[in-house]
Amino acid sequence: MFGVGGGTCSYQEIETTDVILLWGSNAREAHPIFFHHLMKGVRNGAKLYAIDPRRTTSAMWADTWLGLEVGSDIALANTVAREIITAGLHHEDFIRHATRGFDAYAESVEPWTLQRGSEITGLPAEVIRRLAHDFAAADQAQICWTLGITEHHNATDNVLALINLALLTGHVGRYGSGLVPIRGQNNVQGGGDMGALPNRLPGFQEVEDPVSRGKFEALWGHPVPYQAGKHLSLMLEAMETGEITALYVIGENPAQSEARSDHARHLLRGLEFLVVQDILMTKTAELADVVFPAAAGWAETDGTVTSSERRVQRVRKALDPPGDARDDLAIISGLAERMGRGWGYPTAEEVWDELRSLSPNHAGMSYRRLAEEGGLQWPCYDEEHPGTLFLHGDLWDDPLPRHPAPFFSTPWAPPVDELSEDFPIRLTTGRRLDSYNTGVQSGGYSSPLRTAVALEVAPSDAHTLGVAEGETVRVVSRRGSLKAPVRFDRSLRPGLAFMSVHDPDEVDVNLLTIDAWDPKSGTAEFKATAVRIEPVG
Amino acid sequence: MADITLAVDGTEVSVPVGATILDACRVLGKDQPTLCYLDNLTPVNVCRVCVVEVPGNRTLVPSCSRPVEEGMEVNTDSERVRHSRKMVYEFLASSVDLSLVDEETVDWMVRYGCDPDRYGPQADPVEDRDQRVAGHHHLGDGSTAETVHQPVKVDNELYIRDYSRCILCYKCVEACGEDAQNTFAIAVAGRGFDARISTEFDTGLTDSACVFCGNCIGVCPTGALMFRSEHELRLAGMWDEDDQTVTRTICSYCGVGCNLDLHVQDNRIVKVTSPMDHSVTSGHLCIKGRFGYEYVQELGDLAVTPIDQVLRRARVPDRDSSG
Repeated sequence: MFGVGGGTCSYQEIETTDVILLWGSNAREAHPIFFHHLMKGVRNGAKLYAIDPRRTTSAMWADTWLGLEVGSDIALANTVAREIITAGLHHEDFIRHATRGFDAYAESVEPWTLQRGSEITGLPAEVIRRLAHDFAAADQAQICWTLGITEHHNATDNVLALINLALLTGHVGRYGSGLVPIRGQNNVQGGGDMGALPNRLPGFQEVEDPVSRGKFEALWGHPVPYQAGKHLSLMLEAMETGEITALYVIGENPAQSEARSDHARHLLRGLEFLVVQDILMTKTAELADVVFPAAAGWAETDGTVTSSERRVQRVRKALDPPGDARDDLAIISGLAERMGRGWGYPTAEEVWDELRSLSPNHAGMSYRRLAEEGGLQWPCYDEEHPGTLFLHGDLWDDPLPRHPAPFFSTPWAPPVDELSEDFPIRLTTGRRLDSYNTGVQSGGYSSPLRTAVALEVAPSDAHTLGVAEGETVRVVSRRGSLKAPVRFDRSLRPGLAFMSVHDPDEVDVNLLTIDAWDPKSGTAEFKATAVRIEPVG
Repeated sequence: MADITLAVDGTEVSVPVGATILDACRVLGKDQPTLCYLDNLTPVNVCRVCVVEVPGNRTLVPSCSRPVEEGMEVNTDSERVRHSRKMVYEFLASSVDLSLVDEETVDWMVRYGCDPDRYGPQADPVEDRDQRVAGHHHLGDGSTAETVHQPVKVDNELYIRDYSRCILCYKCVEACGEDAQNTFAIAVAGRGFDARISTEFDTGLTDSACVFCGNCIGVCPTGALMFRSEHELRLAGMWDEDDQTVTRTICSYCGVGCNLDLHVQDNRIVKVTSPMDHSVTSGHLCIKGRFGYEYVQELGDLAVTPIDQVLRRARVPDRDSSG
């Protein structure tokens, strides 16, 4: 956000905030301990709006649930913005002082009357109006989101639409107010911070910025590629055209996690050379020419991970890894050695200290401090710096010590996979409390909560189709089909179906999903698939 | 805010407005015994072992929740305080299995000269504690010590409930409820001596609202709530805390960054806790963080150790609990 890739708030801030927009997030199941903090806020009197097509277990705690149409988030955000502006509730002083592009933005949301917003989102106009007024009038307010915002073909615009709302109301850069993307994996924040993005160097520094690149080249004594690389969706395209013929996959299971998974598997099989480094023999590893058995990062090796509140924390070796498994650092160092680039076998702390010398945000985070202080939140510029509770406080400084934060116009576009007579049901996907992603990790323990993956539908849809609970049906999308048992779920509105993603060996929901992806983030539209449901004879 | 000055056992101390007597005692290095108090939970004032004497108050007051007042005089070690604390400990120890409480509690019981055996031999266990309603309990003849004993409840793969060890401190109820999890799967049922922690209609955990976060285990002071892995290893005589290491790391699942303390014995994780004094978790976890570690230690038949054989028994949903 505003050139910095991290959530602006700390978890503790939600405990005393006044209004919470929980947008596209079932935090109670997907981020349960964040939800503990959120519930403290609710107990302390915060008003909670849950914006989610499903009435999730999180939404059940909300003052108001907004069960919008899948993929209509920008329509809602733009309507809220117009209502705020029309009612004169926008923060004029903040907008003038700290932002740019307001006039064009205001013009872009002008068509989004409550009536139009209501038509597109399926929400009552009065509910949208109330959200807009509560959010704008709050002393402190936060917008929290997860994959319900980002797993869309227009993911980046979805996020920008939310950022616009924070800028419009001055709900950023102050304690208790801000923008809170809760990360889905224990180190997705740290991975990005460490440069595991195609356009970033460690420390979230731009690959294409010569000054940043120069620092790394000076230390490493070697030129760094000067162009941004490809994100996963572009890699898959390059595999299709034959531009990419070899792939080195570390700790990812694209054979099952990608949208339109049969196509992804086809591409992986077509590679000339596939190397997979993983702790378990995943479906992707089964396709590999070479498998490097790795140690589990969180329990069998030393290192750091970074959480959704930008907190860098130590992971430590508690177990000896099995057999010949080695930690990622040793594998990569060994590989480098055989490629004639012997850089020795540094410890995790030595690598971290090198990172600290190159990344100003992490410079003050010694292993000693990380241990003693229970982690530190970046930026943390030197050993005396306490770390940073919330970002962008300088937007309120006078004179403004930085570039003003830009508004972006965010035109709404419906999901790519359109509903039609042949595909009348909107299928969306997500996580359950006890399971995780493709189940490689969470499948290992016995959970009393676990139920077989099923097609979850509104009871009334099932009645219309004439299928009973437990009956197996065929689910057909424009790309593929699968069989699954039906389960009734009263949290779903008619026309909306849900499947969890956790057991692709049994029910491979990504046979159905669409691989249309957001050109800016590379994320595929897992959340919006058009399907029809057929009884199985 | 201005500080408040009070005297504890004749020593003056100043603490912030809103502090409790227990806070003031801790400032002076005079820790008080507690059973139902925990830093990450709201005090429920039920155990009464932290009581102190404050002149002008008719009864002894619970130090864990009573806010300090200017000029207050607190006596933590009067005859009345010592006697009251001793009786609470004695009654609990005479009726509940306290063999797994922490050393501090044992030390306090020794200090107050507790002698639970003086209530006579333990009465025969009753079979119907979970079915009793108010008024069911009949007084004994005084020759035996009443007991809360009942069989261990083993109804799932993740944790067990041994209410023979339950002192009704309410910590589990609070952790399941408003203080952390907001699930409300358990509450106190019954009245008087028949009061016990129960799910709705005494159903098994798998039929209850329980989401298996294990936050009740995390706060239980007596071992009444226990990891199934620890339970099975104890039954097999293989639980050995002296042989365990505790390593702090971060959960491998979502991006919240929960601190985990991995308790490891013979290169196997046997229990997972979280530090109560860390701002991310306050000691609380979810089912994945607390129990979702098996994938790093299910190593196939080639590498099975004796401890694995016991842990595998813990993966059977239900089992005869008489052992």
